[in-house]
Amino acid sequence: MNSLTSIWAKRSANPALLAVWGLAAALVIYVLVRGGYLMSVVQIAAIYTIFVTGLNIFMGYTGQVSFGHSAFAAVSGYTSAVLTATYGWGPLPAAILGLAAVLLCALVIGYPTLRLRGHYLAMATLAIGLIAYDVAVEWGSVTQGYMGISGIPPLSIGRFTITSDRGVLLLLIVFAALGAVASAGIRNSRLGRAFVAIAGSENAARALGIDVARYKLVAFMISAFYAGVAGSLFVHAVGFVSPEVFGLHMVVLAFTMLYIGGIGTFTGPALGALIVTLLPETFRKFNEYQDLAYGAVLILILIYAPGGIASLPRLLSSMTRRKPA
Amino acid sequence: MARMLEVEGLSARYGHVEALRLVDLHVDDGELVAVLGPNGAGKSTLMRALLGLVPTEGRVRFCGADVPRRNPVAAAACGLILVPEGRGIFGPMTVADNLELGAYLLKGNRAEFTRRLERVLALFPRLKERLPQVSGSLSGGEQQMLAIGRALMAEPKILLLDEPSLGLAPRIIEEILEKLGELNRGGLPIILVEQKAPLALKLARRAYLMSIGSIAAEIDPRTIKSQDELTHFYLG
Repeated sequence: MNSLTSIWAKRSANPALLAVWGLAAALVIYVLVRGGYLMSVVQIAAIYTIFVTGLNIFMGYTGQVSFGHSAFAAVSGYTSAVLTATYGWGPLPAAILGLAAVLLCALVIGYPTLRLRGHYLAMATLAIGLIAYDVAVEWGSVTQGYMGISGIPPLSIGRFTITSDRGVLLLLIVFAALGAVASAGIRNSRLGRAFVAIAGSENAARALGIDVARYKLVAFMISAFYAGVAGSLFVHAVGFVSPEVFGLHMVVLAFTMLYIGGIGTFTGPALGALIVTLLPETFRKFNEYQDLAYGAVLILILIYAPGGIASLPRLLSSMTRRKPA
Repeated sequence: MARMLEVEGLSARYGHVEALRLVDLHVDDGELVAVLGPNGAGKSTLMRALLGLVPTEGRVRFCGADVPRRNPVAAAACGLILVPEGRGIFGPMTVADNLELGAYLLKGNRAEFTRRLERVLALFPRLKERLPQVSGSLSGGEQQMLAIGRALMAEPKILLLDEPSLGLAPRIIEEILEKLGELNRGGLPIILVEQKAPLALKLARRAYLMSIGSIAAEIDPRTIKSQDELTHFYLG
């Protein structure tokens, strides 16, 4: 825990970052108190936080690329949905089985795929996402195709069922926070240092005795696990699943969140998820110019904070240092 | 003197291009051996081939046992540690994290880790001041010190250095070569790949001259009396 305490100490020492987090916390509290439509939006942001935190481990820490993590969310999401809605399982055992299936899929897919690098790896993972989408569409007897599966029960453990929106949001926030803390713990562990070394130079990492192929697979499986948790939580929180949920749109959104929040940072995924899910709601009053405003803001963020929102405090402090006395 | 490293008929290819051809060389315990040659002679490929970072044919024996082919992890575990060309430091990480990665194979033995770290920081006191600093922000000389320090954290049985003087100011090169001499006098065998031959020959007990992927000559630095003689070895 020492390293985690020191991370927090370092982060909390930065007033700009504290202000960003303060705003995020205030927003969540406001939503919890006020309820309404915004509650569903923040719920989705919390689920995406988990998904993007996992993607950050594979892409941000380890320096790899994946367009196919939506497939893992689909595997666990559909496993949870089918087992609970069709076969009457409880959400917890269904989710556990879904996550086991995700880990198995990640192992089987990752072992051959991770031999590829760069654009080739990107194309291969994109294909995995598309295959998963097609399976969800075509395997109608199980997934009910485009119609999707409805009537998925809410999250429950034993006899304790979370039915209220506030309860669901609180649970999702707890999961997202646990995921972020675990991600920070990984980054500051021996495993995380190996991931970052691989991102820096695979040959230099090998020369130090780091088994690059094995660690890439481990990073892939950990991030797939996060995607699986997000998939299961989504279907139980929303009560419905269809192939569109885990389509290409999910990948594009997750990439946007990762880069807007700050790839390779601890806080980036949560900030990115919050901003990217809330921005369209903020621009709703712009009517037909809504997408234009949304796109413009994203471009501005990437131009003026290329390291993402999480890098803003560092950017601000370096600008302050440059100012003449 | 015991033979530490023995290479027989080592060849390597990049696709259709033969980058190393039937290289034979050896390093005895406590020796500092220089590998010289012009750009493109195959010096860096030789370093990578010794570690198994490129597909090879031939035999590499280290401490009396064969080094497994195409298995750099096993080579590093044997104690063959490379400081790569361009230093290969992990820029976004702190100096402390880079050094910790050097001792990666130690797997949590903190007492041994601390002993190694103190030794490295005693050798390069400048790194001590820079421990919390992001290593990408170090000067070129400090980065080279870090790269060597990181390799020493692995407690090498033999240290392979690929162009440690690359892009450094003459004063820094001297400082680094002095440290390498100090390490070698302490008993660490070193293979030093260098384009700046006069610098390497000052330190080396023996030298191999490479040309177009093979060993062209074995040189005793004591017999090189002038720059002309060195040029003669280079140009034939």
